[in-house]
Amino acid sequence: MSKHLIDLQNISKSFGNHLVLDEMNLYIRENEFLTLLGPSGCGKTTTLRIIGGFENPDVGKVIFDGKDITRLAPNKRQLNTVFQKYALFTHMTIAENIAFGLRIKKKSKAYIDDKIKYALKLVNLEEYGSRYPESLSGGQQQRVAIARAIVNEPKVLLLDEPLGALDLKLRQDMQYELIRLKKELGITFVYVTHDQEEALTMSDTIVVMNQGYIQQIGTPEMIYNEPENAFVADFIGDSNIISSTMIQDELVEILGVKFPCVDKGFGENKPVDVVIRPEDVELTTDVEKGRIQGVVSHIIFKGVHYEMEVMANGFEWLVHSTSCFPVGEKVGINVDPFNIQIMNKPESEDEEAVGVEE
Amino acid sequence: MISKILKRVYIALIFVFLYAPMFTLIVLSFNQSKSRAKWGGFTFKWYLALFSDRVVIQALINTLLIALISALVACVIGTITCLAMNRMGNVSKSILTGVTNIPMLNAEIVTGISLMLLFLFFKAKFGFVTILLSHITFNIPYVILSVMPRIRKMNPSNYEAALDLGAGPLYAFFKVVLPDIWPGVLSGFLMAFTMSLDDFIITHFTKGPGVDTLSTKIYAQVKKGINPEMYALSTLIFISVLILLILINRMPSGDKEKEK
Repeated sequence: MSKHLIDLQNISKSFGNHLVLDEMNLYIRENEFLTLLGPSGCGKTTTLRIIGGFENPDVGKVIFDGKDITRLAPNKRQLNTVFQKYALFTHMTIAENIAFGLRIKKKSKAYIDDKIKYALKLVNLEEYGSRYPESLSGGQQQRVAIARAIVNEPKVLLLDEPLGALDLKLRQDMQYELIRLKKELGITFVYVTHDQEEALTMSDTIVVMNQGYIQQIGTPEMIYNEPENAFVADFIGDSNIISSTMIQDELVEILGVKFPCVDKGFGENKPVDVVIRPEDVELTTDVEKGRIQGVVSHIIFKGVHYEMEVMANGFEWLVHSTSCFPVGEKVGINVDPFNIQIMNKPESEDEEAVGVEE
Repeated sequence: MISKILKRVYIALIFVFLYAPMFTLIVLSFNQSKSRAKWGGFTFKWYLALFSDRVVIQALINTLLIALISALVACVIGTITCLAMNRMGNVSKSILTGVTNIPMLNAEIVTGISLMLLFLFFKAKFGFVTILLSHITFNIPYVILSVMPRIRKMNPSNYEAALDLGAGPLYAFFKVVLPDIWPGVLSGFLMAFTMSLDDFIITHFTKGPGVDTLSTKIYAQVKKGINPEMYALSTLIFISVLILLILINRMPSGDKEKEK
């Protein structure tokens, strides 16, 4: 494992009476693409701003490359930010925008010209150096903002929902572009988004946050396949979250029916939450073969698959399937034991947002 | 058809009422005869007399100096105030906006007298400096009025982006923030300059003996008996204020949106 580049130690921050971050601990390794993911108001942007130096934490330390930079001004930090609304300087040309940081560092003219050329090429905007930001599309402006940040050769690039204002197609293109940039530059990316798909596509590590607490840290696969609690399961993709009882190891009772599963160690007859992804719910017209029987109540064609709702034993199951089952049809439901994810129930309502396991 | 003609007539009437007095003044300033009742032929002599009058020239210099310095100082103070206000919470911001608006709505005579009392209280020597201070005071609200919308429209990330790229706070302000709000500052400056140029009442209460601006000079002259030179002077003031107003109106003062 590569070394920790940034260490957030015990960070708390509140605005007025509103606690935004509560004793947060997080490390970011060198060269990783780390995404802070969560709904608005979860503290992800505040975390990024604390790393960037635009906010001071009330408590806690920011360690960067072994040095404490908690109180260091943003202009003295070896990192650059790509802002949500691009924040290009409208009275300067694209080239001047990109040169801004280099001029402050008093680099030679030849060096700056070289860098501008390199950066514009990197973001595929070679012809645009003499244009003004206003004459560029949103996607192009965003790429200029990225170019402006990376010419300074930061050790870390902070990105605050950089694709939020773009349309779907452009957003997908830019995701690939960012992955490519990350590979070419070989620097650390810290990315903030509320879009789970973006996070899953690009990240090495995802940090799921809610209400100022880290809910889960892990690779995209871990976060998706083994959510630690109902919040993560619900936030990352669609899922069926069903209140159930763990009968014994490898056996869970869902909606009154016993299902074999692979999880152990929850104890006997313990109430738990079960997560089943809609694509893992198998439907069959051979009703008797299903572990639970139900009736299709809704169906929508989504392109890649059909999205169906199946009423069974008093629970509306969300199902994704490539085959079509018409509304009103009786179906049997099966789930592979590997696809049943068991989670501890939150101890109280408040815990639902907390539950950070070390 | 009829209604169209009526509309035109109506508009024409409005302009006649608005500008007939000014027009009379301008015509009389070119009148050869000293009488106001009869036209004695076209002449520039009142203008020539005006410019050879030392006292008037001194008043003109005073007026321009006061307008220029007070507008500049008001711009600096006003812009700094706006920057600070922008960072405040909503409640204190709206209270402060209200407070800075009051001097604009306040009767000038009240402002004038209260300034005079203030200077008396501090035993200040009435003269150029007291006029200048008063003008700065009443100019600041106008600067705030025209700079504030511009600052509100600015992307707050721009300043942070500059810091992020390594700029110190001052460098970031002059290179990034100021160019963004420049049109607002400039129109604020012109507005303040104009207000200072044609102020009479406040100047009247805060000036000392021997120091005059054009407006107080005209007032003093008129008391002695009206001299056509004053028509010429008033005409000149009117025209310069008119030019300034046209300039202010043609400025892209913040309503030009940069986003698509």
